Amino acid sequence: MVVMQMLKKQILAMVLAGGQGTRLKVLTMNNAKPAVPFGGKYRIIDFTLSNCSNSGIDTIGVLTQYQPHILNAHIGIGTPWDLDRNSGGVTILPPHIRNDGGNWYMGTADAIFQNINFIDRYEPEYILVLSGDHIYKMDYSQMLKFHKKKNSDVTIAVIDIPMEEANRFGIMNSDESNKIFEFEEKPQNPKSNKASMGIYIFNWKILKKFLIEDSRDENSCHDFGKNIIPKLLISGYDLYAFPYKGYWKDVGTIESLWEANMDLLNPENELNIHDRDWKIYSVTPTLPPQYIGSKAKVFNSLIVEGCSILGTVNNSILFPGVQVGENSIIEDSVIMSNTKIGNDVVIKKSIIGSDTIVRSNSIIGNSKDITVIGDYEEVKINCTIK
Amino acid sequence: MLKEYMGIISLNEDDSHIKSLTSSRPLAAIPIFGRYRIIDFVLSNMVNAGITNIGIYTQDKSRSLLHHLQSGKPWDLNRKINGLFLFNFNFSDIKTNDIYLLKDNIDYLYRSKQNSIIFSSSNMICNIDYKKAIEYHEKEGSDVTIIYKKVHNSECSFTNCSILNLSSDNKVISIGKNIGVNPICNISMDMFIMKKELLLDIIKECISTGNYKSIKHCLYSNNLNLNIKGYPFNGYLECVNSSNSYYKINMDMLNQKISRELFFGTGLIYTKGQDAPPTKYAEGSAVSNSLIANGCIIEGSVKNSIISRRVVVGKGAKLDGCIILQNCEIRENAKLARVIMDKNVVIEKNKELKGDIQFPVVIEKNSYCYSLAKHA
Repeated sequence: MVVMQMLKKQILAMVLAGGQGTRLKVLTMNNAKPAVPFGGKYRIIDFTLSNCSNSGIDTIGVLTQYQPHILNAHIGIGTPWDLDRNSGGVTILPPHIRNDGGNWYMGTADAIFQNINFIDRYEPEYILVLSGDHIYKMDYSQMLKFHKKKNSDVTIAVIDIPMEEANRFGIMNSDESNKIFEFEEKPQNPKSNKASMGIYIFNWKILKKFLIEDSRDENSCHDFGKNIIPKLLISGYDLYAFPYKGYWKDVGTIESLWEANMDLLNPENELNIHDRDWKIYSVTPTLPPQYIGSKAKVFNSLIVEGCSILGTVNNSILFPGVQVGENSIIEDSVIMSNTKIGNDVVIKKSIIGSDTIVRSNSIIGNSKDITVIGDYEEVKINCTIK
Repeated sequence: MLKEYMGIISLNEDDSHIKSLTSSRPLAAIPIFGRYRIIDFVLSNMVNAGITNIGIYTQDKSRSLLHHLQSGKPWDLNRKINGLFLFNFNFSDIKTNDIYLLKDNIDYLYRSKQNSIIFSSSNMICNIDYKKAIEYHEKEGSDVTIIYKKVHNSECSFTNCSILNLSSDNKVISIGKNIGVNPICNISMDMFIMKKELLLDIIKECISTGNYKSIKHCLYSNNLNLNIKGYPFNGYLECVNSSNSYYKINMDMLNQKISRELFFGTGLIYTKGQDAPPTKYAEGSAVSNSLIANGCIIEGSVKNSIISRRVVVGKGAKLDGCIILQNCEIRENAKLARVIMDKNVVIEKNKELKGDIQFPVVIEKNSYCYSLAKHA
């Protein structure tokens, strides 16, 4: 007798992690945006994966496409997020070929469409669609509760943004019961400031039907915001806006990545990474604790294991294994893993990639614009980069 | 070559001089250097030498050790073939005995496919290449190889450790005890390399004669007339067997040369991760010459200290020469000098405590220290 393994899951999360993030320039040259290092010991996708794990979601598909090697190695079998499970766990889903050929993921909706078979194996009632490149903490189980209570077909998480920025977002216009009656993508004259966070809960049966229809529509961009949501709304389904309060950031540009890092240094920041009840998990390197030297000065900074600081670090974030030489000054900067900084170096308002060497007496940054140096670079002795 | 070897870690160390840190845990589970526990060193050394079958024999109070080791994943010992074997259901009248622990779990030795053994305790802290010691053992063809280090500071370190008296060809003539008579001596690292057959014979001998309390005792008495040789180790070595030595070895890690050797020497030292966030240094903090683990929030001043994960140092607090273990909180304006503080201790505002390098103040786990002002 064949015993079928119980696979059924109530909810499945699909994390969109295929984006290139072109505006992050050298930082995403060989790396997908969700795997860009952030906050001293994390990669951006750690926030989404940790949110899932902390929300009790144990079955996750991660949709990859652009430069996935670092991302794949980082996620592995999901152990850091407790997602190495007998049933479910984390599965990396790259584009693949099928009987009828196959193609790259052509949009966010197409990425889910191409993995209908993966989702159907778990017979879920709900699908949680997430972005792998947002920084925030959120309890998805509360959102699911809301979804069920409202008897909703689709629930979209929304956040209040300043009205003057509303023309950069997808805006959800909803009534007092949070029911959405209108969706406007980047409106000229926004009617509300409730922006979609790109976090959706769908009833799987309904979404599946719409994904199949959408795949046959040659004029579609196969995008959730542009195609699927408007079609569901027109077709008369019940869409609700789930109001989220707290820190949320899409780190799409060098400026926003730098800002998000600096936000962590603000004592009043809402994204409290020291909260033990909502830990953010990541891959832990095998390194001893950080050493702060006799003449070192460290202020308002975040520093992690394996660092050795002999100079001055002010208002900066250092990743594992960074070395700062004597009399060097690091200010308002982000220095990624294993980068070695020599003596008498001055670095201001810069993002320096990992495994880079900055030789002695160099000067980097102009404290006005953000200076970016990529991975595996070498800044020669006495060099000035502004 | 190392497919032939298995590791046995017998946690029968004498903890009578470090009681304040072992009241709730075995010596091997004492936290050290801000993020490790003592057992991480011997385990990592064995794993780095390619050993994949390791048995750990522990006695009572092993909860924190088991919690630390779990499935052995950080050491890559969560294996289908071989892996980590824990024998934690043992109890003997005297802590330093291990013969009956081995005998009661003898099946493990019989079932293991390896025919040679590295036998060690946990409290000799070093980063050693066991492969070289095994090469030496096989080349010399002796029955037992004892790893030792020739030290020059035995009057202030390695108190009560065993001393090897060696002939010119490194044959062990006799074994004594370090009571600080001669500063230069060969300290036994209590690490033995031998055939599994021989270990089984020793266990049988010990039980049938009743003359010996432990494998170590039997080997060091050497009434079996075994051919025992010493293998010299030249790297950094210290033994944790008292509060003093614990304090000294922690402070040694503020020397970058020593810490580089210990953490990056032959191989890396693995430990259980805790997903602690980066450490936050506040605007008014002043930290110098200190080793600090992740997850701390430092607003005060820290000098010449070792700070473990998730410690909070409040504004105006001053720490000098302290070893602070996990989750401690030192509130505003408290002043601590040369204090060893076990886990979860809260020091109230304005409290002052002062120890000495020879006699550091040791505060036990979960203590709560009121400020004196409160009582006045």
